[in-house]
This record gives sequence, structure tokens and C-alpha cells, in this order.
Amino acid sequence: MLKFILRRLAFLPLVMFGVTFLLFFCLQFLSAEMRASLYIKDPRQLSQLEAVIEKYHLRAPLLLPFKFTGTVWPLDVDFVWVGHTQYWTWLGQVLRGDLGYSETAKMPVSEAIFAFFPATFELTLLAFIPILAIGVFFGVLSAVYRDRFIDHATRFVAITGYSLPSFVLGLVLLMVFYGRLHMFAPGRYTFVTDQLVHSPEFRHFTGLLTLDCALNGQWEALRDALSHMVLPATTLIYISVALLLRITRSSMLEELSKDYVRTARAKGLPESVVIRKHALANALIPVVTLSSLLFIGLLGGVVITETVFDFPGIGRWGVQAAQQLDIPGVLGSTLLAAFLFVMANLVSDLLYAIVDPRIRVGGS
Amino acid sequence: MKAKLEAAWKTLKRRPMSLLGVGLIGFFLAVAALAPVLAPPEAGSRDSYMIPQTGYSPDPVRPSKEHWFGTTEQQYDLFYGMVWGSRTAFTVALKVVGFSVIVGVLLGGAAGFHGGWIDEGLMRFTDVVLAFPDLVLAVVIVAIMGPSLDHVMYSVMAVSWPSYARLVRGDVMSVKERDFVAAARALGASDVRILFRHIIPNAIYPVLVVASLSMGRIVITAAALSFLGLGAPLGYADWGQLISLSRNWILGTTDNPFAYWHTVFIPGITIFMFVLGWNLLGDAVRDILDPRQK
Repeated sequence: MLKFILRRLAFLPLVMFGVTFLLFFCLQFLSAEMRASLYIKDPRQLSQLEAVIEKYHLRAPLLLPFKFTGTVWPLDVDFVWVGHTQYWTWLGQVLRGDLGYSETAKMPVSEAIFAFFPATFELTLLAFIPILAIGVFFGVLSAVYRDRFIDHATRFVAITGYSLPSFVLGLVLLMVFYGRLHMFAPGRYTFVTDQLVHSPEFRHFTGLLTLDCALNGQWEALRDALSHMVLPATTLIYISVALLLRITRSSMLEELSKDYVRTARAKGLPESVVIRKHALANALIPVVTLSSLLFIGLLGGVVITETVFDFPGIGRWGVQAAQQLDIPGVLGSTLLAAFLFVMANLVSDLLYAIVDPRIRVGGS
Repeated sequence: MKAKLEAAWKTLKRRPMSLLGVGLIGFFLAVAALAPVLAPPEAGSRDSYMIPQTGYSPDPVRPSKEHWFGTTEQQYDLFYGMVWGSRTAFTVALKVVGFSVIVGVLLGGAAGFHGGWIDEGLMRFTDVVLAFPDLVLAVVIVAIMGPSLDHVMYSVMAVSWPSYARLVRGDVMSVKERDFVAAARALGASDVRILFRHIIPNAIYPVLVVASLSMGRIVITAAALSFLGLGAPLGYADWGQLISLSRNWILGTTDNPFAYWHTVFIPGITIFMFVLGWNLLGDAVRDILDPRQK
């Protein structure tokens, strides 16, 4: 078990190297002048672009600190030692916590991540819990009552949710609830809450707005914050619950067809016990291991949802950065997403090893 | 072949939802094929994919006899956009899936068949690409390349081939061990012949299932990039863009909150039906090709 975890952890830096390198490689399609924006923190530096390019070796080779000269074949190759590379220079900065200055966020990327991430986390969590509950409950029902009404209804909801783009659902919800019923405005909070949150009396314990409001005893602000999350969370739930429904249903169907379930029925156990104690426990294994991936998958899905509802999280920031070619912003938000994704994969594998003893042996 | 088709039809007939999927995709195919008849481009227009504008008023106009689906922001005719947009949607989806399948089969096939360092290298590379949420990486690529429909296509291709490569690799590795491959080798067949004549034809079915199931996702991802303004130029017949044009009009007027409902609903329902069609069709393909279901 320990060996498996260690092997998996040893793999982590390799993946992170690949992830950062792939992102940095994409930047090579831009000119050195544009790449210089990674290091620019002050508009005055714009007049000394060449100096920035020189300082951070933006015209140096990408990965290996030497250049090839001469013909590559037949073997008339000279290596010229340069001593600097673009990627390692940049990575050195990143590892020191310096990700550059995001023009769209109007603050350094490292600060922007802390400013935007709590909102995204809160929204994702608010959507994730109902997704788990609804997905597992109706997934199991759908398998137990296979081909009955509840099964057909569940599958219909699943396939429509799977087919509905989040931006369409989001706009329709806004039109009906905000436009017609004047409920659930877009954004993160109303003007009053905004003033309250930025007042000196308001203490920021966690950075999570709802939790902080509760801890400050500001119930009206809490209600306001929650009401702004209803529509985006609903959108996320409807489009993401389909996956969990499918997984639970097929996993449950498979378990129900196995011999041990037949044995349990044969010895006269009530059907409810067979389902809850025998089949469900095993059917939930893939659900548990995939849930961390699903959670992070939601983080990907919030990109559009946050944009539609003008919800100030990582996704909306990343999109704005991409639209305005704010390179540090794009890179920062994407690196965060990729990092979380890699961690979720790790957690998923570890959970798998913990929940399912068969995986531990041999480690693969 | 005929027997296979009959069996496929039998499976389809038992499932009304699958039939609906076939019907929806058939409908969109017909619309795409008949686009010049259904929505004839204006005489003298240089690019049929550019939606004609009637006037330059920013406010959308509701459906009428002249404009069956009404017009959206800046008087782009929605009916025209929907009809020609179906061609755009098919083009993007088929090109992306075609590219992903070909690259996936080649790279996954090479990795699974050869093993060793080729396998290790290629699979670690797919790990890295798969370490990003696909929409996020696609946004980065399109942002760097600059907005255009082709770039949207390239970026979706860049994020969608690795899952095929992985799938093919696994299948090739399992088929490789079967007796008929050993028999072919004993008869002196070359590696290339064994891979393309014996292994891949026997490993391709799961790929086809995944391909048909992923069409819908690809359409959504591409439309999402267009919706974010990273896609086709303004006025191009593209569903994602037409939805993004409706963003300013969800509030309607003071006396009628739903005054501009058509700007959201018409492109929204169109894209939903298209994706739903592919997803239902994908389920049907899976049921027909997957022998375990029989």
C-alpha cells in the first residue's frame, strides 16, 4: 500500500513538469515581445521591452541550454552552449511564487488566485453535494427498477442534461428567474453586501464568503450570497449529474447480476437488505473513486457557468484573460486548474486503493 | 453485411429513443444538404456562410413572415443562421472526430503494438494533455492562436485525440496476444501488415462507439469557445456565436420580459437537438456494436 502511494507520488513532479512545459511551449507561437508580458509588472517597463527580453532570456532556446548550428545531417552539427533557457528561467520564477501580473485582474497572479479561488470553490461545493446525493439516489433507483417508469424518467433527465450546453441552460434560467421573476441576480452579491464585505468590521476568517458571513453573524448577507449562487449551482447540477447517474446505474446493474446477490436472495434475505447491504456497498466503489474527478470536472465546467452568470471566480477570470490575451492570467488560471486536476487524479487512485483491496496487490 | 444491417435495424426498432436520435441527425443532415434551397444566399454575396443583415438596428426583431425565426442583435437573420450553421456544426464535429480517431489509431496503435520506450513516451505525453480539463486547455490554445473557427477546431482536436490514443493502445495490447496474430506472424506477415490488417480491424469497434458518443461533447466544446467570442468572425453562421449575441437580450423590455425570447431559445434549442441527436445515436451505436448487450 505504502509502496503504491510512494510510486504514485514520485510520478507527480514528472506530470507537473509536463504540464508546465506544455503550457509554456504553447507560448512559443507568440512573439518574444508578447512573452515578455509574463515578466512585466509596471507599464513603465514597456519602453524597455528589449531589456526584459534580454534579462529573462526570452530569445534563448526553450528547454536545453544550447543551440544547434550547421546541417543536422550528415552529422555536421555544432552545439553552441548558451547557458540559459526560456523554460527553466520561467519555472524558477514560478517556483518562487512569482507568476507575473494579471492585467485583467489588476493584481499579481498569485494574489488573483487567492482572490478568485474561494468563490469557485464555494460554488463547486454547493453544486457537488446535491450532485452526489441525486446521482447516487436516482442511479440506484434506476438500476433497481430497471425499465420501469423511474428508470426511463431518470435516463431521460440524464441524457437531456448531458446534451444541454451550460451556456444555453444558464441564459434560459437567467431569462426566466432574473428577467421575469426578479429573483437570483447574476454576480456574487448586491451592493449592500459588497459594502459590508469590504468594511473594516467584516472579518475574513476563511475567504469563503458564505462561511465568513455566517461567522460574522451577517445572516442577511449570507442569504444574499446564497441567492446569487442558486442559478449557477442549478446549472452545474443539471449538466453534471448525468455522469454520476450513469456510473451509479451501470455499476449497480452489474453488481445486481452477480452470484453473491443471487446467493443472498436465495438464502431468503429481504430485497432491501440485499440491495443496501450487499449490492450497494460494492456498486459504490467506482462512484467513490470517480467522485474526486467529478469534483474537479466541475471546476472545468464552471468556466462557462461563471462567465454566463458573471460570477467572479477562477473560470471567469481565465476567460477574460484569454479574451484579452492577458498571458500571465491565462497561464496562472490554467496552471491552477491543471494542478487541481492532477491532484484529483492522485486522490482518485489512492481512494481506489483504499476502497478496493484488489488494486493494492501488484500496484497496477 | 445485409444480415448485420437487419440485426442493427432490429436493435434500433426496439428503442424509440435511438430512433429519435437517428431521426434528429437525419433531419440536420437534410437541412445541411438543402441549405442553399432552404435559405438561399443573397444574390452577389461572396460567402454563403455570412448571415445577411437587414438594417443595422441593434435591437432584435421578433419572428415574422419575412424572418421566420426573427432576427438577433444587429439584424442577423436567425433562420439563415440556423440553416447554414448546421453545416458549420457538422464540419467542425466530423473534422475533429476524424482527426482524433486517425491520430489516436496511429499513435495508440504504435504504442500498444511496439511497447517499450515508444509506449512509455507516448502515454506520458497523453497523461500530460489529459491533465487539463479539456475546455480549459482549448481556451488557452485558441487564445494564443487568435480567434477564428479554424483555430477553435485545432484546439478541440488538440485536446480530444489523447483519449482515443489511450483507448486504442489498450485494445491493441489485448488483441496483440490473440492466437490469430501469432498465426499471421508465423505465416511471415510484416509488422505493418499485422497491425493494420489483423490488429486494428479487431480493435476498432470501441473507438467507433466512443467516437459517436463524443460527437455531442465536441459540438458543445466548440460552441462554448464560439460563445466566449474566440470563434468565427461576427455574422458567420455559427450556433455558438448566435447564442452569445443573445446575451444582451435576456432581460426583454419593461412591459414584456420575454420580448426577445427567440434570440436565446431558437439557437439554444437547435444546438440542444443536435447534441441530443448525437448522444442518442451514440447510445444506439454502442448497443449495436457491443456484443455483450446481446
